[in-house]
Amino acid sequence: MSDHNYTPKSKFGKWFNDRLPLMSLANHLTDYPTPKNLNYWWTFGGILTFCLITQIVTGLTLAMHYIAHADMAFDSVEHIMRDVNYGWLIRYIHSNGASMFFLAVYIHIFRSLFYGSYKSPREIIWILGIIIYLLMMAAAFMGYVLPWGQMSFWGATVITNLFSAIPLVGEGIVTWLWGGYSVDNPTLTRFFTLHYLIPFLILGLVVLHIWALHVPGNNNPVGIDIKKPSKDTVPFHPYIVIKDTFALLMFMIIFAFFVFYSPNVLGHADNYIEANPLVTPAHIVPEWYLLPFYAILRSVPDKLLGVIAMLSAILILAALPWLDTSKIRSAVFRPLYRQFYWILVLDVLVLGYVGAMPAEGLYLLIARVATAYYFAHFLIILPLLGFKEKTLPLPFSISEPVLGGSSNLSMAKNEKTRE
Amino acid sequence: MRKVLIISLAILLSLSIQLKINSAEKVELMKTDWTFKGLLGKFDRASLQRGYQVYTEVCAACHSMKYISYRNLMEKGGPEFSEAQVKAIAASFEVTDGPNADGEMFLRPARLSDKFPMPYPNEKAAQAANGGAYPPDMSVLAKARKGGVDYLYSVLLGYEDPPEGVTLDEGVYYNKFMYGNKIKMPKVLEDDLIEYSDGTSVTEEQMAKDVVTFLMWSAEPHLETRHKMGFRAIIYLIILTVLVYFSMKKIWSRVESEV
Repeated sequence: MSDHNYTPKSKFGKWFNDRLPLMSLANHLTDYPTPKNLNYWWTFGGILTFCLITQIVTGLTLAMHYIAHADMAFDSVEHIMRDVNYGWLIRYIHSNGASMFFLAVYIHIFRSLFYGSYKSPREIIWILGIIIYLLMMAAAFMGYVLPWGQMSFWGATVITNLFSAIPLVGEGIVTWLWGGYSVDNPTLTRFFTLHYLIPFLILGLVVLHIWALHVPGNNNPVGIDIKKPSKDTVPFHPYIVIKDTFALLMFMIIFAFFVFYSPNVLGHADNYIEANPLVTPAHIVPEWYLLPFYAILRSVPDKLLGVIAMLSAILILAALPWLDTSKIRSAVFRPLYRQFYWILVLDVLVLGYVGAMPAEGLYLLIARVATAYYFAHFLIILPLLGFKEKTLPLPFSISEPVLGGSSNLSMAKNEKTRE
Repeated sequence: MRKVLIISLAILLSLSIQLKINSAEKVELMKTDWTFKGLLGKFDRASLQRGYQVYTEVCAACHSMKYISYRNLMEKGGPEFSEAQVKAIAASFEVTDGPNADGEMFLRPARLSDKFPMPYPNEKAAQAANGGAYPPDMSVLAKARKGGVDYLYSVLLGYEDPPEGVTLDEGVYYNKFMYGNKIKMPKVLEDDLIEYSDGTSVTEEQMAKDVVTFLMWSAEPHLETRHKMGFRAIIYLIILTVLVYFSMKKIWSRVESEV
């Protein structure tokens, strides 16, 4: 880090900075040396920060008007939509914001998978990210329950019932989660409390995530270690700031299209029907961002094993830095991994698709094959690939293309280090 | 090995697309030209006013609209009746108020701030009067059904004689577009059922279109503001994006790397 010898110019600044080094921190953040070859897939970190702040600000505003009570929640949401000034705008930003948040986080995760950003020395950043992702899913699920529509109620019933699969204590745990013998008012009020709490936990974890990132610095599309600062890096401000801003604006245009022109397209029509414990909807489907895991859950015939499979599908990601045995980070230099990467992307999309369909017949078969492949990718393909794969020669530095005239030396050097 | 995997996944994908097509043999919903669709879509004011008339003279006998107040009828972006008109409309309905100083509930003419009255005292009464089916509240109905306005329009016009082999119980009707094809609401719209004051010819299609337009407004009373604001917001964002793009190019021209 370049800020060790930073001293503020003014006398007061120095006095303050000696006691609380806020200026040193600001200096570190602006000067932070960043690889100059980062592509647009790297802008999603900034976009995600924007998403989190947007959700917190709109969420706080909604909470001022929302009533967490089984008899009043649905009415209070309609009150927000009709009578609160720009309430419709705030609510649509919040509900579509959740989807945009997940869209961005999936791109962020798959970027990391492609460029091997989870590998040494960045394992802690990756694991913190997985915890953030888990908390995001919890927050999104509980947030979807709050409007107390049909899908809220039945989604909550299905998901909380998963805990009943735990042997012996399962039923007791479910009753404890519900605060009663069915999803009801106590369930709603505790979900509201947790939905309010989790974003701030995420915020704290994001700070750790960025802190952990600033120790080794960013990975980059070439995936090699770079000297910092050097001619391979640029200071974060203004180079990365302006680029992130540009990408964020593009993202906001898409976001705005959803908010203003199809605010309900990502939700379910059933959720505009008030919750009714006596009427079950024809298909109970979670939000799109949870569908792949829902498909995995339903593809296993046994309830307990299904829950275990679903949880493992997420937790297996935390073990990824050790499951991937290849020393090469970027898929650019891993011709085989690159192919398997795209198959995995396809596999997850297939899982998402069958997750939205009824679990029967051919859909169930597809879900089972896709689930098996998902686990095979992480447990069999990745560990083996590290030993079998013949990787391409790495460049010496990111300024120097691998096929450039003077690259022979660096290639030779890399060949040697790999052996 | 790799090829096998790619091929098997491709097969899986095509199979699921196949399934999608097979399951899509549902009836195609009827479409009409809604004025409120599109980037700057607005409600047809006259259609909204006629739609309110259809609701209040036909639907309101069984269906409540509990989130709508009379004042909403004069708000911008809605039917935009004049204040005098809405006051007159409201005064023609009676609502229960109270208790008064003697502890009695009493009836009085509705005011602008009152919600539309409920046709039945409670859900059980509504079910008892309708052969066990509860006529759903119509305030957000246009958003609460898959297919939205097209679905509502289709159901209103989708009554048919049952095909051979389908027997219907007493009080159950056949509808081409209803989920399961059986509906407990009888066919209500008939040509010349009511009289439009603006001289529009009273056909089934016209009434269905007007009332569904009204229901879209009641579900999304701020739709016009949303469209207008969205149009401006997106134009603003596009201009800003272009400006930031050129600033970025300028800044990055200091380093040889491409953005």
